[in-house]
Amino acid sequence: MRFGVVRFPGSNCEQDVVHAVRYLGMEAGYIWHGDTDLVGYDAIVLPGGFSYGDYIRCGAVARFSPVMAEVVRFAERGGPVIGICNGFQILTEAHLLPGALLRNTGLKFVCKPASLRVEESVCQWLDLPAGTVVSVPVNHNEGNYICDEDTLERLRGNGQVVLRYCEPDGTTAEGGSAPNGAFDDIAGICNERGNVFGLMPHPERVVDPLSGGTDGQAFFTAIAQRIASVG
Amino acid sequence: MARFEIYVTYKKGIFDPPGATAERALVNLGYDEVASVKIGKYIQLEVADGTRVERVREMCDKLLANPVIEDYRIETVGEA
Repeated sequence: MRFGVVRFPGSNCEQDVVHAVRYLGMEAGYIWHGDTDLVGYDAIVLPGGFSYGDYIRCGAVARFSPVMAEVVRFAERGGPVIGICNGFQILTEAHLLPGALLRNTGLKFVCKPASLRVEESVCQWLDLPAGTVVSVPVNHNEGNYICDEDTLERLRGNGQVVLRYCEPDGTTAEGGSAPNGAFDDIAGICNERGNVFGLMPHPERVVDPLSGGTDGQAFFTAIAQRIASVG
Repeated sequence: MARFEIYVTYKKGIFDPPGATAERALVNLGYDEVASVKIGKYIQLEVADGTRVERVREMCDKLLANPVIEDYRIETVGEA
């Protein structure tokens, strides 16, 4: 199992992802944003950071990096793609996932552990039982997920809402539990097929227990098991 | 050179946190007459003479604005 981690100018979480994947005993390599060859990779990761300085809108320029045309083709063939934080923003800008990520409602950069509730979804990246609560750090200024009502209905109906912000006991606070104002407390969504997954929290930071937790391990092991079983 | 000015604003119904904050701040400063503040982007574009507004619209749809959350208005301001 080999993960390809894309490096855009301004990415800053790619080493964390590579460390997490190797910690779990799998292979990972870097893909430069100007490369157009994804051969040899089983899964693609768009990491967090500030690609192209977040100019115009977060992810708006990265979306046109040469590598992205290949990432779109990889995803269309059913290849697993995960976008974490800035990677999630890039996936929405590239229209691989619906909606957009706006500035946090509180106008503050949020950087803290977040409780997330796993929802019943078609996401291939996660096979934790629905209702499981995990603690994964968030670290962003534009994590306020928004989409129109029709899209939200579609996301709910198709099982595309993968993660919601919640309280540590798994409940939702009155007025919502999202630290950023996200619509319907959405922290992560996937496409209809379940192979493309975008989330604001950083699972790679809670893989090695040295960094404060292991709840992020499931975000990398499930897809590996799935790929191994499909052969 | 032909010049265009582009105004990008959030679509109706999309919460604009910087605008809402400026609105509250103005009211706190005693400007009770303030009812609403919306903050957007202003872009000056210089292009080759004869560039049609449809081309500029394409640039907006592709990169300068995100049609999922933003509206834009293009004004032609003539030759530079």
